[in-house]
Amino acid sequence: MNHSISVTVNGARRDFVLDDPRVTLLDLLRERLHLTGTKKGCDRGQCGACTILVDGKRINSCLALAISHDGANILTIEGVARGDQLHPVQAAFIAHDGFQCGFCTPGQIMSAIGMMQEAQAGNDPERIRECMSGNLCRCGAYAGIVDAVLEAQAGMDETNQRRFA
Amino acid sequence: MKQFDYVRPATVAEAVAAAAQPGAVYLAAGTNLLDLMKGNISRPDRLVDVTHLGGLDQIETLADGSLRIGALVSNADLAHDANFAKSYPAVAEALLSGASAQLRNAATVGGNLLQRTRCAYFYDTASRCNKREAGSGCDARDGENRGHAVLGWSESCIATHPSDFCVPLVALDAIVEIEGRNGRREIALDDLHRLPGNTPERESALEPGDLIVAVRLPPAARGFATHARYLKVRERTSYAFAVVSAAAALRIENGKIAEARLALGSVAAKPWRARAAEDVLKGVAPTADAFQEAAWRALSEAKPSGDNAFKIELARRIVVRALTLAAAGTPARIPALPASPFASTSGALHA
Repeated sequence: MNHSISVTVNGARRDFVLDDPRVTLLDLLRERLHLTGTKKGCDRGQCGACTILVDGKRINSCLALAISHDGANILTIEGVARGDQLHPVQAAFIAHDGFQCGFCTPGQIMSAIGMMQEAQAGNDPERIRECMSGNLCRCGAYAGIVDAVLEAQAGMDETNQRRFA
Repeated sequence: MKQFDYVRPATVAEAVAAAAQPGAVYLAAGTNLLDLMKGNISRPDRLVDVTHLGGLDQIETLADGSLRIGALVSNADLAHDANFAKSYPAVAEALLSGASAQLRNAATVGGNLLQRTRCAYFYDTASRCNKREAGSGCDARDGENRGHAVLGWSESCIATHPSDFCVPLVALDAIVEIEGRNGRREIALDDLHRLPGNTPERESALEPGDLIVAVRLPPAARGFATHARYLKVRERTSYAFAVVSAAAALRIENGKIAEARLALGSVAAKPWRARAAEDVLKGVAPTADAFQEAAWRALSEAKPSGDNAFKIELARRIVVRALTLAAAGTPARIPALPASPFASTSGALHA
């Protein structure tokens, strides 16, 4: 039985006919939309490489059935920059060497963006490490990742202060 | 993953009818179910997707002072609800000590209650497991079992229930609202999960089609807000299941414990309420001696199911420490490392 779903991906509406309900959001993005920035690491919800934002919240796309997310608003790593202008979190990861091989990086960045929106960690490195624990980095670039998130958070705080001054 | 039919009911009544069929299971966020399906541990014929049902994602205070949490409220939304965290701090701390931020954003209240054990032999389809396949045997019994149960286990099954959330909930007398083929009913959370006995494949009191629609905390649960903690020993300080955990909540009046609540996690096939320990704390001063006595009583019936005798002593110490932390008072903000005995702000010495 075919199922029709419609989702918004990085601002554009996309319609799909799924002939198999087993397709995850991760496979939908990678195989059907060829948005391969979102990585398949463990495919079991343990590594965080597949992290995307769904309706503004970070989740593991490998453990989400596409068919269940009819109507969802999805943001992937391909949708965070504005043209050639990197997202502040992307720029901070480069500035602080927040990666080595880069495989976990899209998930790390999406997770960091989600975390900053959740506003639970602030600029406390201990809380940032705890709130980012769902993203593994086999290269061990954690120190750079925390520094990158701290810088991006500081930039966001400054922007907000200016906005509300 | 085995092929399945996908059904998206429009009402709770439709959902119950669809899920009452043999081989059908409910799909909420799927953070545990999809993992089990990918490993061929769960092989449902039909998924009944309840995530689009209306009215199950509310947190509401009822007229009598109870709190009603819809089954589809996410773990993160509940833990970060300011009023919830203030009134039931040990529950919020337990939620935030579980899984990762991504999983907590997706995982639901109802799904958390019904998550399956993380026993490695349950997950390994090449192993014998009475829970996965009734009557096949238990390879955990003589296997790697240092994380397994020390209370309420049987020769058929020594698996533990892995939920953090359920531990303070059972301590606070949480009630589960269920919609079934014969209408609405409610049971105590303490009666939801079954001990294994000879039928470990039957994990809960739920019947085919039964849908958890809400969890309710009775009015008295608020009375512990100023002295409540959850403490969880893990082999990794974040994003790991408990080796042993404890929820402790005290109501202190005039320097004495008017009422105590205590439950243990990851020691049995259900969240383990320690009523004998609660009884011994009633009416006494919150002293180290009293907490030691409570810990002794909480584990008096514990016995190792394998290489896990250490969990009994560990559980005693965690009980003492959780009670000590609860007596010291709920912190103004949940610590940076929720429920961690290694948190820099834990405020308690080794028990």
